Amino acid sequence: MPGLIGKKVGMTQIFTESGEAVGVTVVEAGPCPVLQVKTAERDGYTSLQLGFGRKKDRRVKRPEAGHAARAGLDYVPRVLAEFEPEEGEQYEAGQVLTVEMFEPGQRVKISGRTKGRGFAGVVKRHGFGGGRGSHGGSAILRAPGSIGPGTDPSRVIKGRKMAGQMGDKQRTVLNLRIEKIDLEKNLLLVRGAVPGPRNNILLIRAT
Amino acid sequence: MDPRIAEIEQEYRRTDLPAFEPGDTVRVRVRVAEGDKERIQAFEGICIGRRGAGISETFTVRKISGGVGVERIFPLHSPALAGIEVVRRGHVRRAKLYYLRARRGKKARVRERSWWLEQELTSGASAAGSAAAAQTGDAPAEGDAAVAEATVAEESAAGEPAERD
Repeated sequence: MPGLIGKKVGMTQIFTESGEAVGVTVVEAGPCPVLQVKTAERDGYTSLQLGFGRKKDRRVKRPEAGHAARAGLDYVPRVLAEFEPEEGEQYEAGQVLTVEMFEPGQRVKISGRTKGRGFAGVVKRHGFGGGRGSHGGSAILRAPGSIGPGTDPSRVIKGRKMAGQMGDKQRTVLNLRIEKIDLEKNLLLVRGAVPGPRNNILLIRAT
Repeated sequence: MDPRIAEIEQEYRRTDLPAFEPGDTVRVRVRVAEGDKERIQAFEGICIGRRGAGISETFTVRKISGGVGVERIFPLHSPALAGIEVVRRGHVRRAKLYYLRARRGKKARVRERSWWLEQELTSGASAAGSAAAAQTGDAPAEGDAAVAEATVAEESAAGEPAERD
């Protein structure tokens, strides 16, 4: 089972039969046409190139159009991504993959770009406690405190958690349980959260 | 909200429950799984608040059990609810009755909503709505269409968004 490209629709809540409320993320996954099958002989490695969505015709470059046309598509997908093909399965360009490949209860991993939070301080970025709000702590409210020993190493140890860019990074959430699948609307309902804002492009792969 | 999410929520939404408000005394019948058997347990008390909107709306029911105050929070749309009965309609002037927690005995009572108040609350609503409300008066609601309609009308008159179905 290779995987699918999808888009985050948003979050909601559903109930199990026993009445337990489950927070789920709705993901629009696929349908993904196979654009190209890469083989070890020709490309040096095996992979499946899938497409998702549709690029506006006026944004299409001619080489892209040609590439899509070779897979028998009369449009160009907005997103392309490569997936590992399933061992022993035959794939060919032009074939369309859908959410049918998944089953409810199955675990998947979902990758996407997280929301950018800019240059974030140590309290937001690493969950540091910050300083005291009273007892004269006004200068160190959200400061990191000591960043290491003094004269002896005379340097800061590598990997020290400090302020810096937070978010806007590719992240993968593992072991997300598929609660429900809507074959007609190509929707996956996945338990828990998924990176990024709504409409974020996601890669869904089997765990 | 994305229409696709609205559709999913619609699927789980309960439409069979009677309308009720904070201050009302309700009997909530809860499905309890014991081993492989299922039993229905009633929890009766005053609804002291509702929060949230849409599918995630919940309500809190408070009762005094063995001299101890017990509160349970129920998801309004949970399939674990076998039913809700409105036992008594209460007259209260706020949406969250947390002040009841600090009171016990006679002071922790909620005045019953009288028929004239019912009318007053609906006077601003449509003629059909207030007529239905006047008819039903204090009678405990059993979730029939007329009562549901009347209570929705009341809510909109009380300035609450009437987006609930």
